[in-house]
Amino acid sequence: MNLWLLLTVNSITLGGLLFLLSAGFSLIFGLMRIPNLTHGSFFMLGAYFGASLVAWFGVDFWLAAAIAALLVAALGGVLERFVLRRLAGQEQAQVLVTLGVSFMIADLCLMEWSGDPMTVEAPAALQGAAHFLGLTFPAYRLAIILVALAIAALLWALIDRTRLGAMIRAGVDDPQMARICGIRISYLFTLVFCLGAGLAGFAGMMGSPILSVYPGLDADMLPLALVVVILGGTGSLLGSLLGSFVVGFLYNFGQALLPELAYFVLFLPMVIILVIRPQGLFGRRAP
Amino acid sequence: MRRIALALALAVLLAVPLWAGGSFYVNIVSQILIAAIFALGLDVLVGYAGLISLGHAGLFGVAAYGVAVMLGAGFGHLAAIAAALALCVATTALFAVLALRTTGIGFIMITLALGQLLWGLAYRWIDLTQGDNGISAASRPAPLGLSLASADGFYYATLAVFLAVLLALAVLAASPFGASLKGTRDQPRRMTALGFDVWTIRFLAFLLSGLCSGIAGVLFFYYNEFISPQALALSASAEALLMVIAGGSGTLLGPIAGAALVVAMKSVASAYIARWNFTLGAIFVLIVLFMPEGLVPGSRRLARWVWAARKGRRNPAAAESGG
Repeated sequence: MNLWLLLTVNSITLGGLLFLLSAGFSLIFGLMRIPNLTHGSFFMLGAYFGASLVAWFGVDFWLAAAIAALLVAALGGVLERFVLRRLAGQEQAQVLVTLGVSFMIADLCLMEWSGDPMTVEAPAALQGAAHFLGLTFPAYRLAIILVALAIAALLWALIDRTRLGAMIRAGVDDPQMARICGIRISYLFTLVFCLGAGLAGFAGMMGSPILSVYPGLDADMLPLALVVVILGGTGSLLGSLLGSFVVGFLYNFGQALLPELAYFVLFLPMVIILVIRPQGLFGRRAP
Repeated sequence: MRRIALALALAVLLAVPLWAGGSFYVNIVSQILIAAIFALGLDVLVGYAGLISLGHAGLFGVAAYGVAVMLGAGFGHLAAIAAALALCVATTALFAVLALRTTGIGFIMITLALGQLLWGLAYRWIDLTQGDNGISAASRPAPLGLSLASADGFYYATLAVFLAVLLALAVLAASPFGASLKGTRDQPRRMTALGFDVWTIRFLAFLLSGLCSGIAGVLFFYYNEFISPQALALSASAEALLMVIAGGSGTLLGPIAGAALVVAMKSVASAYIARWNFTLGAIFVLIVLFMPEGLVPGSRRLARWVWAARKGRRNPAAAESGG
């Protein structure tokens, strides 16, 4: 397969993973107005949970991904309900707490799973190549793209077509007004936090056959999610989707063409966006 | 009373090599002073300007790498230090122009991203930084013919720099500039209405903060005679922030106490506590949850609260004033 095509497929795959990671990040940011710095840790925890289920108990890959997502979602719920809730209204304190928790999670993972990377095999049915339009693609990467698009569609339906989604949108737009209208914003916080954490955990497991699972995975993924959300705008699913693919392409092509400046290529568009449109990027209510 | 305490503290610091008991402990005190300069610089921004930065390790690292690269290119110590500090201030200015477009959460995120960017450069730009291997120094400088090779010599040089930075910041905090900086933290709109240029005040504070971080970075490089991308990682920025917040932001004593706490924990307690990062994270969470104003003001409040409770007339205002 030709190099450019391979890079393109890899970029779209990474974009799909990043969407799963950053959709929740973006919703949490939109609703609670904080960048959740534990999001990279959720990704890594999902990968470790899933990989351990597969390696230790022989659980099926997809079942392991689902269980990992649920576990991480539960953890996210606990974090929101018992830690962040105590600091309601103090956004800077909340950010610092998420940072502290991410350190704790990273160290606990290092303690439990040691410093050696874990590898996860893609599901047997998806190993090897798929033929499509006369070209050959790695089947698992195609599967990631399809799963990401399916989840994007589901999320869109949830946010745009259901009552719950309307409540979340109301909370993003104007939390005080939404509260006055009788929406329990605090429930929404917990719910969205669980959803975002679960998605990140799921993404971690989905990514594990490609990225493998290693200490520091959290710190590798978090800045990517950050760039996605800055590019795409907070609280917007479409923005996350577009931003994810942009970052996916920048990351892969940057690594291949300018390896020494890969991070510059990645962060440059973010800086440009910041210069051109500073206000529309960090929530609508600048403090 | 205050003067006596200051003189006493100075005497204790000057006599460190006499009572610390060995170069190991003198080195730890040097580390504390370097960390304290870094934390004091960050506190200018966090405490006095109310802007939380998660990218300061990048500025610290730019200065350290600046010296390392200049020395590697064959320049003398003085030229290398001057160039490194100039580079650091220039980088800080760029940081400030980008980050000061917002405040609050936006500011945190931009500084975090910029810090990661510098870390990425240090890690990946292998021609310049030698990547993960880091750069070693050939020697420490010898200002005025005094050797800094020994632990004691280096300690006194660090102490001199530390006292100069502390004095400068103390003068500045008491100056009209310090007052207007606190004004922009508490009431930016009123300050604008009063005719102050809030952006410029914050910009200058950012530059000063970056300069202090750079000075700490240079000292750090000479102390270890080595610099690697690890020094620029997000965890390094978070550690500095922990020093400021743990000790008490917006004070001069707080960051110093925080630096002493963190460095002492790291180098002494790490012999007993294997999981340093976990401990760091846990301290962070506990302080933010239960003592958001920092250890120095926080323990004062707790002591007052306990005192009041024992006397039977609990004063809820005193107990909640910090929250």
